[in-house]
Amino acid sequence: MKRKWNWPLWVGFVVAVGGLFSYQYFALFPITRDFPWANLLLFGIGAVLLLAGLFRAFGRPQVYRGKIFGSIFTAIALLLFAFLCYEIFYVLRQVPLSAQAPRIGEKAPDFTLPDQDGKRVALADLLSPNGTVLIFYRGYW
Amino acid sequence: MQIAAISVDPVEISRGHAQKVGYTFPLLSDTGAVVIKRYDVLHGGAGPKGNDIARPAEFYVDAEGTVRWVNLTENIAVRARPEQALAAIDAAK
Repeated sequence: MKRKWNWPLWVGFVVAVGGLFSYQYFALFPITRDFPWANLLLFGIGAVLLLAGLFRAFGRPQVYRGKIFGSIFTAIALLLFAFLCYEIFYVLRQVPLSAQAPRIGEKAPDFTLPDQDGKRVALADLLSPNGTVLIFYRGYW
Repeated sequence: MQIAAISVDPVEISRGHAQKVGYTFPLLSDTGAVVIKRYDVLHGGAGPKGNDIARPAEFYVDAEGTVRWVNLTENIAVRARPEQALAAIDAAK
């Protein structure tokens, strides 16, 4: 008898993979970047579907396919999930200590740097009665 | 209130982005990370080609050049660009 297509395994796998690769997209919006709940949610949905598919494959193997490829898909999805967690809960939090950064009450170190028009700008040029914010950022890459 | 943003991006990159996003404040080029090191906000090897870049940080400085507020972010993903920093500063006011 031809066995039925075990769609939860396929859809669950695609959703789980999407949970990882959509990170760059969701990272564009602060609401989904500051804590990547959307990515974790996609993995959660993928996991539920994969488990449902595995139940079918192992519980009713005469009806449903997927014992082998379902197990492989699930193992890959778990690895991808572990990788995502490693990135967002460890790697992205590896920020240098910056223990010697200027503190409140200290003088901001002097500098002179070119702006986007090539004009040299010194710290003294930036000071103003309402104060100045110096924003150090990673760069536009 | 004056604003200036500093990164290792060269002048050409900063000019392109300032025009695209419509910034009117200076984007300063610290390609050698000299000032970044002076402020101890270096993130060694964290750039796209393993180059040194700045970790996200904001310093609010008064008219005499004294630091009044410092924000050193704990998570790179949360704030990495001037527009997010400005939104956070606005929210903190």
